[in-house]
Amino acid sequence: MSKQRNDGHDGTASRRAFLAAAATGVTGALAGCAGIGGGQEESAGVSGETLTLTTTTSTYDTGLLDAIHPDFEEMYGVSVDAVAQGTGAALESARNGDSDVVMVHARGLEDEFLRNGYGVNRRDLMFNDFVIVGPESDPAGIRGMDSATEALTAIADAEATFVSRGDNSGTHTKELNLWEAAGTEPGGDWYQETGTGMGEALNVANQQDGYTLSDRGTFISQRSELDLVILVQGPIEDGPEILANPYGIMAVNPGVHDNANYDLSMAYIGWITSPETQQAISEYQVNGEQLFFPRAVSEDPDFQQYVPEGWSSNSTDG
Amino acid sequence: MPLDPVVQLLPAVAGLPFEEGYVSSVIFVSLYVSLIAVTLSTLFSIPVALVMGFTDFPGQQFVKSVINTGMGFPSVVVGLLVLFAVSNQGPLGTFDLIFTKEAMIMSQFVLATPPITAISLAAISGVSDNVRDAAHALGGTRIDVALVVIKEARYGIATAVLAGFGRAISEVGSVLIVGGNITSADGISKTRTLTTAIQLEARQGQYGTAMILGAVLVALVLLVNAVVVRLGSDGVTRQ
Repeated sequence: MSKQRNDGHDGTASRRAFLAAAATGVTGALAGCAGIGGGQEESAGVSGETLTLTTTTSTYDTGLLDAIHPDFEEMYGVSVDAVAQGTGAALESARNGDSDVVMVHARGLEDEFLRNGYGVNRRDLMFNDFVIVGPESDPAGIRGMDSATEALTAIADAEATFVSRGDNSGTHTKELNLWEAAGTEPGGDWYQETGTGMGEALNVANQQDGYTLSDRGTFISQRSELDLVILVQGPIEDGPEILANPYGIMAVNPGVHDNANYDLSMAYIGWITSPETQQAISEYQVNGEQLFFPRAVSEDPDFQQYVPEGWSSNSTDG
Repeated sequence: MPLDPVVQLLPAVAGLPFEEGYVSSVIFVSLYVSLIAVTLSTLFSIPVALVMGFTDFPGQQFVKSVINTGMGFPSVVVGLLVLFAVSNQGPLGTFDLIFTKEAMIMSQFVLATPPITAISLAAISGVSDNVRDAAHALGGTRIDVALVVIKEARYGIATAVLAGFGRAISEVGSVLIVGGNITSADGISKTRTLTTAIQLEARQGQYGTAMILGAVLVALVLLVNAVVVRLGSDGVTRQ
């Protein structure tokens, strides 16, 4: 507790510090009575600044953020609170001003978020791809198809079990787009929505010998626990481009939420799109496989401010 | 922290695939949040139970039924309501409490208070009127009378506190919503509790690890129960 600094210019920080101090006092008293001992109080999240990042389960569950964040935390002396929620929920938290920076993978939803003025300074960050996984026996016969939409049509025709995330995540959004592109309305007993993260959806598919759409990263991270195999590849393995999975990063607009830590967000965005961090992202491996491919730095750099399509017409309409 | 040697060794002994400090920090957050929430609930509940047990006032039955309903109030709804309250758009938004231990304490306070109040009230109502009358007759102040009644009802009150603690520490839905299940990059828990860690492991299909954490949680609950029962029996021998 001795480390707390109240500079007085930041009302939020001092209020937070006060609440934490009050809470710690209670624990101290409590620990004294019960003889359990409060011991070392980790007040790092209170005394230093904190950057809240809402992100998707795929960046979190693959362990990527845990691998790269220590560098940022060391460099800036702040902690990054990564909250894994799924793209829909991550954007909603950011929309409410509950996070400072948001890392997601659903371009349509990102554009909407920017267009509505909640986010600024989007940068392409990295990409991987989606794959269609299913049981070795492949009852719908989709193995090696080079069209994702044909594969989904075959699954629907065979009424083979298909597990959908059903949670408004980036992967779920992609899946719905694929069904739409395939011209098939999924439904019936064979189509199951879990409403959970990718890992859980993979487990459900695994238990039921079903198919599912997964990002490659989560599937590779979890493959040793699963009997599922990749049946339709994404663009990383020369599969169809429609299965590409680009990630973007955006700062929450400080003009909308004045409590958003904009300076730190931009420091984070600068750091994560820097050549060094992009290199670290490309070097991150699980089970000997690269999960994410950097996109912020290229031989043909494009540093223009990203402007979503229809920006000007929308603003004049407004 | 006396428990430190034990929890530091846990990953090695139980074969947990965690870095040093992870499990102990998760245990610490679980205990920190639940114990503070239950302490605050107890400080709030016992006076309420005393007032309700000692006095008759209009609407008492209504208050009782509200408390009883609260005992079965779904925890995820509590989490949702606390989220609305502490979100930056909510009435407490300026305090910046979302995704903090303090927000988790708030939701657990709301969850633990109804069972602690209801069970304490039952225990206090069960204390014979003779005890109260005797205390009054001996010239006791209202505080003295209250203390005598609390002493008589201590087993029931201890049961109430344990029930509240059980509800708080085993809660997963609301703490996940308001806490965010956060660890820092060095693997030290900030708002991750045993329950949300178990949920995370299960989500990733790491059922074995989830089971081990589950065993740690059960052991912790048993330990706290034992400590409370022990404190209760100490009270008896001193009398």
